[in-house]
Amino acid sequence: MNRSPLFYIFAVLFTIGSLTSCKKEGGAVDNTGDIVVGEFASLTGQTATFGQSVTEGSHLAFDEINEAGGVLDRKIKVVTEDDQSKTEDANAAVQKLISRDNVIALLGEVASSRSMAAAPTAQNAKIPMISPASTNEEVTKKGDYIFRICFIDPFQGEALANFALKSLNAKRAAVLQDVRQDYSLGLAEAFKRTFLAGGGQIVSEQSYSSSDKEFRAQLTSVRSSQPDVIFVPGYYNEVSLIVRQARELGLTVPLLGGDGWDSPELTKGAEKEFENTYLSNHFAAEDPDPIVQGFVTKYKQKYGKSPDAMAALGYDAARILADAIKRAGTTEGPKLRDAIAQTKDFLGVTGKITINAQRNADKPLTILKVVNGQFKFHQRVDPSGATSGSTAAPAPDSSAAATPDTTKKNVTAPAGAK
Amino acid sequence: MKSNLLLLVAAVVVVALSFLMDSLDPYFARMIIMAGVNITLAVSLNLINGFTGQFSLGHAGFMAIGAYLSAIVSTYMLSHGWDATGLGATLVLILGLLVGGSFAALGGLAVGIPTLRLRGDYLAIATLGFNEIIRVVIQNVDFRIDGVSYVGGARGFSVTQLSDFISVFLVAAIAVWLVENLVNSTYGRGFLAVRDDEVAAEAMGVNTTKFKVQAFVIGAFFAGVAGGLYSHFNNYLSPNDFTFLKSIDIVVMVILGGMGSTIGVIIAAIVLTALPEFLREFASYRMIIYSLLLIILMIARPQGLLGPEVVRTLLKRKKHKPAAPIT
Amino acid sequence: MDVFLQQLVNGISLGAIYALIALGYTMIYGVLRFINFAHGDVFMIGAYVGFYAATMISSVFPIGSVGAAVFVLLSAMIVCAALGASIEFLAYRPLRSRPKLTVLITAIGVSLFLEYVAQLLFGATPKGYPEIFSDRALIRTDAITINVVQAVVICVSLFLMFALRIIVLKTKIGTAMRAVSFNQSAASLMGINISSVITFTFVIGSALAAAGGVLYGSQYPSIEPLMGIMPGLKAFVAAVLGGIGNIPGAALGAMIIGIVETFAASTFLSTYRDAIAFAILIAILIFKPSGLLGHKEIEKV
Repeated sequence: MNRSPLFYIFAVLFTIGSLTSCKKEGGAVDNTGDIVVGEFASLTGQTATFGQSVTEGSHLAFDEINEAGGVLDRKIKVVTEDDQSKTEDANAAVQKLISRDNVIALLGEVASSRSMAAAPTAQNAKIPMISPASTNEEVTKKGDYIFRICFIDPFQGEALANFALKSLNAKRAAVLQDVRQDYSLGLAEAFKRTFLAGGGQIVSEQSYSSSDKEFRAQLTSVRSSQPDVIFVPGYYNEVSLIVRQARELGLTVPLLGGDGWDSPELTKGAEKEFENTYLSNHFAAEDPDPIVQGFVTKYKQKYGKSPDAMAALGYDAARILADAIKRAGTTEGPKLRDAIAQTKDFLGVTGKITINAQRNADKPLTILKVVNGQFKFHQRVDPSGATSGSTAAPAPDSSAAATPDTTKKNVTAPAGAK
Repeated sequence: MKSNLLLLVAAVVVVALSFLMDSLDPYFARMIIMAGVNITLAVSLNLINGFTGQFSLGHAGFMAIGAYLSAIVSTYMLSHGWDATGLGATLVLILGLLVGGSFAALGGLAVGIPTLRLRGDYLAIATLGFNEIIRVVIQNVDFRIDGVSYVGGARGFSVTQLSDFISVFLVAAIAVWLVENLVNSTYGRGFLAVRDDEVAAEAMGVNTTKFKVQAFVIGAFFAGVAGGLYSHFNNYLSPNDFTFLKSIDIVVMVILGGMGSTIGVIIAAIVLTALPEFLREFASYRMIIYSLLLIILMIARPQGLLGPEVVRTLLKRKKHKPAAPIT
Repeated sequence: MDVFLQQLVNGISLGAIYALIALGYTMIYGVLRFINFAHGDVFMIGAYVGFYAATMISSVFPIGSVGAAVFVLLSAMIVCAALGASIEFLAYRPLRSRPKLTVLITAIGVSLFLEYVAQLLFGATPKGYPEIFSDRALIRTDAITINVVQAVVICVSLFLMFALRIIVLKTKIGTAMRAVSFNQSAASLMGINISSVITFTFVIGSALAAAGGVLYGSQYPSIEPLMGIMPGLKAFVAAVLGGIGNIPGAALGAMIIGIVETFAASTFLSTYRDAIAFAILIAILIFKPSGLLGHKEIEKV
């Protein structure tokens, strides 16, 4: 019978494969030697740029900490695994870090989808996980070992909607969202909810996909709907093109976005187009706060370029973890988890961070206005929603704004350029 | 009788292994389960690509259909009173897999029929196109039942873990058994005839249309079931997991194993599940090595590492020689 | 009506870039009967070469000058021509006698290889493209805006397409190319060096793709290592639409794809934009597989 050898091989292979040296390793935590921290990020693949930035930030932080003597008299060793921008690999990476590398904590991921895929594994193994940048509300609901140090979509979306309503006096908003990114959809949803609740109208809803380059079609539709403000909760890769094309089409109204805009590449070569745009962010790079400036300088020194928001978040996530280890006095799961949960008023590059009861970060949000290609502080929004420090909100710019065309190009170097 | 005995032995081994799984390092346990899913995927694709000679680059699309449909069924049932453990859970999973597989099979029909006249490269690109269309549709659709979002596009879809070693390997075994027996039967010669020389087959009265469509439907069904197992193991679905790049991953398994050799494809699926994990040390070079290996493999040994001749020599089987697709 | 005209302009300028890539696909298919999956990544490399070339030459020819533009285009085209020829020599030539599917898989391997190497070498972060061609408006009426980049893109594409046509129709090597695409064995019997013709085809095709890359980067000033995948696939669809192996067909197909895509994006179908190109492909393959301008290929047994 032809079938028999096949099944023999089938069965034998698996018996062998399973039995050889695959026994579960003892989960005892090593209490001497380096503290092993796991990190999973998308170093390659579709969202490689975020993974690369966030790990650059975290590695900078760990290097600094180790140079200063480490934590609890032990150095921190970070094991970084690539998940290739795929959820399947995120799971595998996290599993490997937990069972093979015996990490005491996890940093990751940027993409909410991958954080959500990996969270159950971390939760079941009782390994605390800190996401530097996942904004979907559902991430921290996966378990009490899952934390994040960034805004959640509802908070940021609401703050931006209120800003549009009250400071920009906008009644009609157009929304242009990235249908391929959870972040964009979440922020758009939160914005729309608040804007409508505040009496505004959403006059146009358009979508695009990440890595699109052509937005004139959608923007032309936006133009016909005559909005007072255009909300673009996307990532800087596409936003830099969107804003250019919007201005080309004669759209002079303010454009508004979230922290996904933050990158030194955003306004390069398009300073004029970016006049009259605003974004919310964790901090203002011009902030003379030595922590911020110190970070920017050190980052430039190590990597030869300016940091973006992901790098800053990676940096803070690493430092909060180290701080929590110090406060807990141990690397044991439950105690470390509690220490992270008790983080209060931590002075991060991305703001003063307090972890709240939902394991999300309470921290102020800064609204920046883009002037001359640079981000200038405009307003601060506290976790409670109270605004402060605002300059008088500019009147809606429908008539006076310059048409972006034939005048000489502004050649000032944008913020953060070498 | 001999085959029944061996079937029993295989079943016993599988059950024994399932007990063993609990004491295994979860990392390896995960790899083994993923290997099982990949075996089903590779074997089902092998039916289309290897045995019927239709170069399909869209298998991930069928997998996606199965993954999402089965997830919708299970999530709905679990939120309407069914338990997530025990016998109830098994029933939920089985129902989900059957639904997923069936819809995927329909997808196979939808792809197989229009592409009947296409050959080689054109067929490859057309199936790739179908794959991307499926992905884009999933990404955009806003499917809700009673206001609860299922599918969710890029926001993702959380799925309860229901698959385990037994379910994954049972499905793989069924797929292997079915494909092998189908292809080695008299009826199944039709598939090979289409692969070897479609014009001659048609001239000889073989209904090439029927075989091509059947290959797609059966292959798609199992891809859908594999997708269902995947979704209930990965906890989370996102359309970006099912691009044509994933299809290429599966195609590579079939190529490596030698198109038309079931045992080769099984081994290739296992190797290619484990290989990326073992290459982790090389982090950013990992994919570069992977793509180089692919190129070198094609140049040096395109019949796959484990083509039918190799397997035959190893096992000294007196099997009817499958006409080699490579001259 | 203005919206329509504006979208038309946008569509044509997008189509012009697709045409440059599609021409390479169609020529290589005509000569070798295989789809060079890696073509879209040659396009990407061209864009990056242009990026670095612009920075290098900025002290001699400031960015924005004609000198810089010419230098950038030429360096990208030359480097990619060499790259294309090397790929052919290293990866495809050893497989000349093998079944086409083997070569197809190899092409996929080359494509992945180029993408991952680019991610490693250049970094995955998108880079802002230097303003080689100004993005000021050239023509600005109430109805439409055409900026300098778009005009340059259309002109350069047209120029290159005409140059190609002349090469193919009027030169010896061009005639050889057409002979080889018609019947390879007969051509070699007539004394044509098949290998040289193939190499030449790759050289020209890759150079065109590189030019496309630089122009694309100028029009959408944000380049990243995976930027070639989608345009590459769409350009292939365009080549098939026009009749694969048919040069004017590729250009026509590319224009149609560019325009349809742009118009579709302005409707509620905007996020289905990628899928639309494939839907067109499938429709064409079902209803008229030889493409708009192609001729039916009869399979001889």
